[in-house]
Amino acid sequence: MDFFKFFNRNNGTSKNLAKERLKLVLVHDRTNCSTHFLDMVKDDMIKVISDYMEIDESGLEIKLTKTKRDHDDASIPALVANIPIKKMKDRSRID
Amino acid sequence: MGEVIVITSGKGGVGKTTTAANIGTGLTKLGHKVAIVDADIGLRNLDVVMGLENRIVYDIVDVVDGVCRLKQALIKDKRYDGLYLLPAAQTRDKNAINPEQMQKLTNELKETFDFVLIDCPAGIEQGFKNAIAGADRAIVVTTPEISAVRDADRIIGLLEAAELSDPKLIINRIRVDMVKKGEMMNIEDMIDILAIDLIGIVPDDETIVISTNKGEPVVTVQNSLAGQAYRNITRRITGEEVPYINMEEVDGFITKLKKIFSFK
Repeated sequence: MDFFKFFNRNNGTSKNLAKERLKLVLVHDRTNCSTHFLDMVKDDMIKVISDYMEIDESGLEIKLTKTKRDHDDASIPALVANIPIKKMKDRSRID
Repeated sequence: MGEVIVITSGKGGVGKTTTAANIGTGLTKLGHKVAIVDADIGLRNLDVVMGLENRIVYDIVDVVDGVCRLKQALIKDKRYDGLYLLPAAQTRDKNAINPEQMQKLTNELKETFDFVLIDCPAGIEQGFKNAIAGADRAIVVTTPEISAVRDADRIIGLLEAAELSDPKLIINRIRVDMVKKGEMMNIEDMIDILAIDLIGIVPDDETIVISTNKGEPVVTVQNSLAGQAYRNITRRITGEEVPYINMEEVDGFITKLKKIFSFK
Protein backbone atom coordinates (compact mmCIF):
# COMPACT_ATOMS: atom_id res chain seq x y z
CA MET A 1 0.00 0.00 0.00
CA ASP A 2 3.05 2.27 -0.24
CA PHE A 3 1.63 4.01 -3.24
CA PHE A 4 -1.47 5.15 -1.45
CA LYS A 5 0.32 6.30 1.64
CA PHE A 6 2.59 8.29 -0.57
CA PHE A 7 -0.31 9.97 -2.29
CA ASN A 8 -2.45 10.29 0.79
CA ARG A 9 -0.12 12.44 2.81
CA ASN A 10 -1.73 15.58 1.47
CA ASN A 11 -4.41 17.13 3.59
CA GLY A 12 -6.31 20.28 2.84
CA THR A 13 -5.51 19.96 -0.84
CA SER A 14 -8.09 20.29 -3.58
CA LYS A 15 -8.45 16.55 -3.99
CA ASN A 16 -9.60 16.19 -0.40
CA LEU A 17 -12.12 18.92 -0.97
CA ALA A 18 -13.30 17.11 -4.10
CA LYS A 19 -13.57 13.85 -2.21
CA GLU A 20 -15.57 15.35 0.64
CA ARG A 21 -17.94 17.19 -1.67
CA LEU A 22 -18.39 14.08 -3.76
CA LYS A 23 -19.11 11.89 -0.74
CA LEU A 24 -21.77 14.27 0.46
CA VAL A 25 -23.47 14.62 -2.90
CA LEU A 26 -23.48 10.85 -3.35
CA VAL A 27 -25.21 10.32 -0.02
CA HIS A 28 -28.07 12.40 -1.36
CA ASP A 29 -27.93 10.81 -4.83
CA ARG A 30 -27.96 7.28 -3.47
CA THR A 31 -30.82 7.82 -1.08
CA ASN A 32 -32.68 9.87 -3.65
CA CYS A 33 -33.37 12.45 -1.02
CA SER A 34 -33.84 16.19 -1.51
CA THR A 35 -33.45 19.06 0.95
CA HIS A 36 -37.23 19.43 0.84
CA PHE A 37 -37.56 15.84 2.02
CA LEU A 38 -35.11 16.51 4.84
CA ASP A 39 -37.15 19.56 5.87
CA MET A 40 -40.25 17.39 6.08
CA VAL A 41 -38.43 14.89 8.28
CA LYS A 42 -37.14 17.75 10.41
CA ASP A 43 -40.60 19.27 10.93
CA ASP A 44 -42.10 15.92 11.91
CA MET A 45 -39.27 15.22 14.31
CA ILE A 46 -39.82 18.58 16.00
CA LYS A 47 -43.48 17.76 16.37
CA VAL A 48 -42.86 14.37 17.96
CA ILE A 49 -40.03 15.40 20.24
CA SER A 50 -41.83 18.56 21.40
CA ASP A 51 -44.35 16.35 23.17
CA TYR A 52 -41.63 15.14 25.48
CA MET A 53 -39.14 17.96 25.77
CA GLU A 54 -38.60 21.57 24.93
CA ILE A 55 -36.07 21.84 22.10
CA ASP A 56 -34.14 24.66 20.49
CA GLU A 57 -35.63 24.60 17.00
CA SER A 58 -33.19 27.13 15.60
CA GLY A 59 -30.24 25.02 16.72
CA LEU A 60 -31.63 21.80 15.28
CA GLU A 61 -29.39 20.22 12.67
CA ILE A 62 -30.30 17.27 10.52
CA LYS A 63 -28.22 15.72 7.78
CA LEU A 64 -27.64 12.59 5.80
CA THR A 65 -24.21 11.08 6.05
CA LYS A 66 -22.49 7.74 5.75
CA THR A 67 -21.59 5.30 8.45
CA LYS A 68 -20.04 1.87 8.70
CA ARG A 69 -22.33 -0.98 9.60
CA ASP A 70 -21.11 -2.78 12.74
CA HIS A 71 -21.07 -6.38 11.59
CA ASP A 72 -19.47 -6.10 8.14
CA ASP A 73 -18.12 -2.55 7.85
CA ALA A 74 -20.29 -1.91 4.79
CA SER A 75 -20.95 1.73 4.12
CA ILE A 76 -24.58 2.65 4.71
CA PRO A 77 -26.45 5.96 4.79
CA ALA A 78 -27.24 7.40 8.20
CA LEU A 79 -29.52 10.16 9.35
CA VAL A 80 -27.74 12.29 11.92
CA ALA A 81 -29.76 14.73 13.97
CA ASN A 82 -28.36 17.17 16.50
CA ILE A 83 -31.22 18.40 18.66
CA PRO A 84 -30.40 20.81 21.51
CA ILE A 85 -32.78 20.27 24.47
CA LYS A 86 -33.87 23.30 26.47
CA LYS A 87 -35.63 21.34 29.17
CA MET A 88 -37.56 18.16 29.76
CA LYS A 89 -41.29 18.41 30.01
CA ASP A 90 -43.17 17.35 33.09
CA ARG A 91 -43.54 13.56 32.83
CA SER A 92 -46.79 13.41 34.78
CA ARG A 93 -48.42 15.38 31.99
CA ILE A 94 -47.30 12.92 29.37
CA ASP A 95 -48.50 9.85 31.21
CA MET B 1 -20.70 -18.52 -27.62
CA GLY B 2 -19.17 -15.12 -27.12
CA GLU B 3 -19.55 -12.53 -24.43
CA VAL B 4 -21.19 -9.12 -24.65
CA ILE B 5 -19.48 -6.31 -22.73
CA VAL B 6 -21.01 -2.85 -22.49
CA ILE B 7 -18.71 0.14 -21.99
CA THR B 8 -20.55 2.89 -20.19
CA SER B 9 -20.00 5.96 -17.99
CA GLY B 10 -23.03 8.16 -17.58
CA LYS B 11 -21.10 11.34 -18.28
CA GLY B 12 -20.02 12.14 -21.80
CA GLY B 13 -16.46 12.81 -22.86
CA VAL B 14 -14.71 10.51 -20.40
CA GLY B 15 -13.36 8.19 -23.10
CA LYS B 16 -15.94 5.45 -23.66
CA THR B 17 -15.48 5.36 -27.42
CA THR B 18 -11.69 5.42 -27.22
CA THR B 19 -11.85 2.66 -24.62
CA ALA B 20 -14.16 0.55 -26.79
CA ALA B 21 -11.92 0.95 -29.84
CA ASN B 22 -8.77 0.12 -27.91
CA ILE B 23 -10.13 -2.85 -25.98
CA GLY B 24 -11.66 -4.21 -29.18
CA THR B 25 -8.43 -3.88 -31.13
CA GLY B 26 -6.44 -5.23 -28.19
CA LEU B 27 -8.62 -8.33 -27.98
CA THR B 28 -8.13 -9.06 -31.69
CA LYS B 29 -4.38 -8.71 -31.14
CA LEU B 30 -4.72 -11.53 -28.60
CA GLY B 31 -6.31 -13.65 -31.30
CA HIS B 32 -10.00 -13.13 -30.50
CA LYS B 33 -12.75 -12.34 -32.95
CA VAL B 34 -14.38 -9.07 -31.92
CA ALA B 35 -17.35 -6.98 -33.00
CA ILE B 36 -17.66 -3.45 -31.66
CA VAL B 37 -21.16 -1.99 -31.77
CA ASP B 38 -21.63 1.78 -31.76
CA ALA B 39 -24.86 2.24 -29.79
CA ASP B 40 -24.66 6.03 -29.87
CA ILE B 41 -27.31 6.52 -32.54
CA GLY B 42 -27.38 10.09 -33.83
CA LEU B 43 -23.91 10.89 -32.52
CA ARG B 44 -21.82 8.34 -34.37
CA ASN B 45 -18.13 8.48 -33.47
CA LEU B 46 -16.64 5.04 -33.13
CA ASP B 47 -16.15 4.94 -36.90
CA VAL B 48 -13.82 7.97 -36.92
CA VAL B 49 -11.96 6.86 -33.81
CA MET B 50 -11.30 3.51 -35.49
CA GLY B 51 -10.49 5.13 -38.84
CA LEU B 52 -13.31 3.30 -40.66
CA GLU B 53 -15.53 6.28 -41.48
CA ASN B 54 -15.14 5.91 -45.23
CA ARG B 55 -16.29 2.33 -45.32
CA ILE B 56 -19.81 2.65 -43.92
CA VAL B 57 -22.62 1.42 -46.15
CA TYR B 58 -25.27 0.17 -43.72
CA ASP B 59 -25.71 0.84 -39.99
CA ILE B 60 -27.31 -0.66 -36.91
CA VAL B 61 -30.75 0.82 -37.63
CA ASP B 62 -30.68 -0.69 -41.14
CA VAL B 63 -30.04 -4.10 -39.56
CA VAL B 64 -32.86 -3.72 -37.03
CA ASP B 65 -35.25 -2.45 -39.69
CA GLY B 66 -34.39 -5.35 -41.98
CA VAL B 67 -32.97 -3.11 -44.72
CA CYS B 68 -29.87 -5.31 -44.79
CA ARG B 69 -28.49 -8.44 -43.17
CA LEU B 70 -26.24 -8.14 -40.12
CA LYS B 71 -23.24 -9.39 -42.12
CA GLN B 72 -23.67 -6.65 -44.69
CA ALA B 73 -23.54 -3.90 -42.08
CA LEU B 74 -20.45 -5.21 -40.30
CA ILE B 75 -17.31 -3.42 -41.45
CA LYS B 76 -14.19 -5.55 -41.43
CA ASP B 77 -11.10 -3.72 -40.23
CA LYS B 78 -8.48 -4.83 -42.76
CA ARG B 79 -5.56 -3.85 -40.50
CA TYR B 80 -6.53 -6.14 -37.63
CA ASP B 81 -7.58 -9.68 -38.29
CA GLY B 82 -10.92 -10.50 -36.69
CA LEU B 83 -12.02 -6.93 -35.89
CA TYR B 84 -15.44 -5.73 -37.04
CA LEU B 85 -17.46 -2.56 -36.49
CA LEU B 86 -21.22 -2.21 -36.50
CA PRO B 87 -21.69 1.54 -36.96
CA ALA B 88 -24.46 3.65 -35.44
CA ALA B 89 -26.90 5.53 -37.64
CA GLN B 90 -26.12 9.22 -37.82
CA THR B 91 -29.42 10.59 -39.06
CA ARG B 92 -31.68 8.80 -36.57
CA ASP B 93 -32.07 9.00 -32.80
CA LYS B 94 -31.92 6.66 -29.79
CA ASN B 95 -35.58 5.70 -30.19
CA ALA B 96 -34.92 4.14 -33.59
CA ILE B 97 -34.24 0.85 -31.81
CA ASN B 98 -35.51 -0.74 -28.58
CA PRO B 99 -33.90 -3.00 -25.94
CA GLU B 100 -35.53 -6.17 -27.34
CA GLN B 101 -34.12 -5.50 -30.80
CA MET B 102 -30.72 -4.80 -29.30
CA GLN B 103 -30.80 -8.04 -27.35
CA LYS B 104 -31.67 -10.00 -30.47
CA LEU B 105 -28.82 -8.30 -32.31
CA THR B 106 -26.20 -9.01 -29.65
CA ASN B 107 -27.39 -12.62 -29.36
CA GLU B 108 -26.83 -13.03 -33.07
CA LEU B 109 -23.38 -11.44 -32.84
CA LYS B 110 -22.42 -13.68 -29.91
CA GLU B 111 -22.78 -16.71 -32.13
CA THR B 112 -19.96 -15.58 -34.42
CA PHE B 113 -17.75 -13.44 -32.19
CA ASP B 114 -15.72 -14.17 -29.05
CA PHE B 115 -16.36 -10.67 -27.75
CA VAL B 116 -19.07 -8.15 -28.58
CA LEU B 117 -18.29 -4.68 -27.21
CA ILE B 118 -21.06 -2.12 -26.95
CA ASP B 119 -20.04 1.54 -26.97
CA CYS B 120 -22.79 3.08 -24.84
CA PRO B 121 -23.98 6.68 -25.36
CA ALA B 122 -23.77 9.19 -22.51
CA GLY B 123 -26.86 9.61 -20.37
CA ILE B 124 -29.27 7.24 -18.65
CA GLU B 125 -32.16 7.31 -21.10
CA GLN B 126 -33.21 5.10 -24.00
CA GLY B 127 -29.71 4.91 -25.49
CA PHE B 128 -28.31 3.57 -22.23
CA LYS B 129 -31.17 1.09 -21.86
CA ASN B 130 -30.57 -0.17 -25.39
CA ALA B 131 -26.84 -0.48 -24.86
CA ILE B 132 -27.10 -2.58 -21.70
CA ALA B 133 -30.01 -4.73 -22.90
CA GLY B 134 -27.96 -7.60 -24.28
CA ALA B 135 -24.86 -7.22 -22.11
CA ASP B 136 -23.34 -9.99 -20.00
CA ARG B 137 -20.78 -7.73 -18.30
CA ALA B 138 -20.23 -4.00 -17.88
CA ILE B 139 -17.19 -1.78 -17.76
CA VAL B 140 -17.63 1.69 -16.27
CA VAL B 141 -15.25 4.40 -17.44
CA THR B 142 -14.60 7.45 -15.28
CA THR B 143 -12.05 10.24 -14.93
CA PRO B 144 -10.74 11.76 -11.67
CA GLU B 145 -13.31 14.55 -11.66
CA ILE B 146 -16.25 15.01 -9.31
CA SER B 147 -18.79 15.12 -12.12
CA ALA B 148 -17.54 11.94 -13.80
CA VAL B 149 -17.33 9.96 -10.55
CA ARG B 150 -20.78 11.10 -9.52
CA ASP B 151 -22.24 9.95 -12.83
CA ALA B 152 -20.31 6.69 -12.61
CA ASP B 153 -21.90 6.08 -9.21
CA ARG B 154 -25.33 6.62 -10.68
CA ILE B 155 -24.59 4.28 -13.57
CA ILE B 156 -23.32 1.58 -11.21
CA GLY B 157 -26.64 1.80 -9.35
CA LEU B 158 -28.59 1.50 -12.60
CA LEU B 159 -26.47 -1.43 -13.80
CA GLU B 160 -27.12 -3.26 -10.57
CA ALA B 161 -30.83 -2.51 -10.84
CA ALA B 162 -30.70 -4.05 -14.33
CA GLU B 163 -29.03 -7.12 -12.81
CA LEU B 164 -25.71 -6.41 -14.48
CA SER B 165 -23.83 -6.94 -11.27
CA ASP B 166 -20.12 -6.69 -10.58
CA PRO B 167 -19.23 -4.00 -13.12
CA LYS B 168 -15.53 -3.22 -13.51
CA LEU B 169 -13.97 0.24 -13.35
CA ILE B 170 -11.55 1.95 -15.71
CA ILE B 171 -10.07 5.20 -14.44
CA ASN B 172 -9.11 7.25 -17.44
CA ARG B 173 -6.91 10.33 -17.83
CA ILE B 174 -5.15 10.13 -14.52
CA ARG B 175 -2.32 12.66 -14.15
CA VAL B 176 0.45 11.41 -11.90
CA ASP B 177 1.94 14.87 -11.38
CA MET B 178 -1.36 16.26 -10.10
CA VAL B 179 -2.16 13.22 -7.96
CA LYS B 180 1.23 13.59 -6.30
CA LYS B 181 0.56 17.19 -5.45
CA GLY B 182 -2.81 16.21 -4.00
CA GLU B 183 -4.62 18.19 -6.65
CA MET B 184 -6.36 15.20 -8.21
CA MET B 185 -8.26 12.30 -6.66
CA ASN B 186 -6.15 9.17 -6.62
CA ILE B 187 -7.09 5.60 -7.52
CA GLU B 188 -7.84 4.58 -3.96
CA ASP B 189 -10.12 7.59 -3.42
CA MET B 190 -12.25 6.60 -6.39
CA ILE B 191 -12.38 2.87 -5.62
CA ASP B 192 -13.29 3.75 -2.06
CA ILE B 193 -16.17 5.93 -3.19
CA LEU B 194 -17.51 3.77 -6.01
CA ALA B 195 -16.92 0.44 -4.26
CA ILE B 196 -16.38 -1.64 -7.41
CA ASP B 197 -13.37 -3.57 -8.71
CA LEU B 198 -10.77 -1.87 -10.82
CA ILE B 199 -9.85 -3.30 -14.22
CA GLY B 200 -7.61 -0.55 -15.53
CA ILE B 201 -5.90 2.80 -15.07
CA VAL B 202 -5.16 4.84 -18.17
CA PRO B 203 -2.83 7.82 -17.84
CA ASP B 204 -3.59 11.12 -19.52
CA ASP B 205 -1.28 10.68 -22.47
CA GLU B 206 -0.81 12.74 -25.61
CA THR B 207 -0.24 9.59 -27.66
CA ILE B 208 -4.00 8.98 -27.41
CA VAL B 209 -4.72 12.30 -29.10
CA ILE B 210 -2.17 11.57 -31.80
CA SER B 211 -3.52 8.07 -32.41
CA THR B 212 -7.10 9.27 -32.55
CA ASN B 213 -6.08 11.95 -35.05
CA LYS B 214 -4.75 9.18 -37.28
CA GLY B 215 -7.62 6.78 -36.65
CA GLU B 216 -5.29 4.13 -35.25
CA PRO B 217 -5.99 2.76 -31.78
CA VAL B 218 -3.22 3.59 -29.29
CA VAL B 219 -3.27 -0.01 -28.04
CA THR B 220 -1.15 -0.88 -31.08
CA VAL B 221 1.50 1.77 -30.34
CA GLN B 222 4.29 -0.07 -28.58
CA ASN B 223 6.04 2.80 -26.79
CA SER B 224 2.86 4.47 -25.58
CA LEU B 225 2.01 4.29 -21.90
CA ALA B 226 -1.71 4.57 -22.58
CA GLY B 227 -1.27 1.82 -25.16
CA GLN B 228 0.34 -0.36 -22.51
CA ALA B 229 -2.50 0.44 -20.12
CA TYR B 230 -5.05 -0.71 -22.71
CA ARG B 231 -3.04 -3.83 -23.50
CA ASN B 232 -3.13 -4.68 -19.80
CA ILE B 233 -6.89 -4.07 -19.58
CA THR B 234 -7.42 -6.34 -22.56
CA ARG B 235 -5.52 -9.16 -20.91
CA ARG B 236 -7.42 -8.66 -17.64
CA ILE B 237 -10.70 -8.96 -19.56
CA THR B 238 -9.63 -12.38 -20.77
CA GLY B 239 -9.03 -13.39 -17.16
CA GLU B 240 -5.30 -12.91 -16.88
CA GLU B 241 -3.83 -11.25 -13.80
CA VAL B 242 -1.70 -8.34 -14.91
CA PRO B 243 0.12 -6.00 -12.53
CA TYR B 244 -0.62 -2.30 -12.81
CA ILE B 245 1.83 0.00 -14.57
CA ASN B 246 4.41 1.75 -12.47
CA MET B 247 3.19 5.30 -12.95
CA GLU B 248 6.23 6.80 -11.22
CA GLU B 249 8.54 6.00 -14.09
CA VAL B 250 6.20 7.77 -16.37
CA ASP B 251 6.45 10.92 -14.42
CA GLY B 252 10.23 10.86 -14.58
CA PHE B 253 10.90 12.75 -11.37
CA ILE B 254 11.13 10.01 -8.80
CA THR B 255 12.12 6.70 -10.27
CA LYS B 256 13.42 5.24 -7.06
CA LEU B 257 10.06 4.31 -5.61
CA LYS B 258 9.88 0.60 -6.14
CA LYS B 259 6.29 -0.43 -6.05
CA ILE B 260 3.61 2.03 -6.88
CA PHE B 261 0.50 0.08 -7.58
CA SER B 262 1.04 -2.62 -5.06
CA PHE B 263 -2.57 -3.29 -4.11
CA LYS B 264 -4.27 -6.55 -4.97
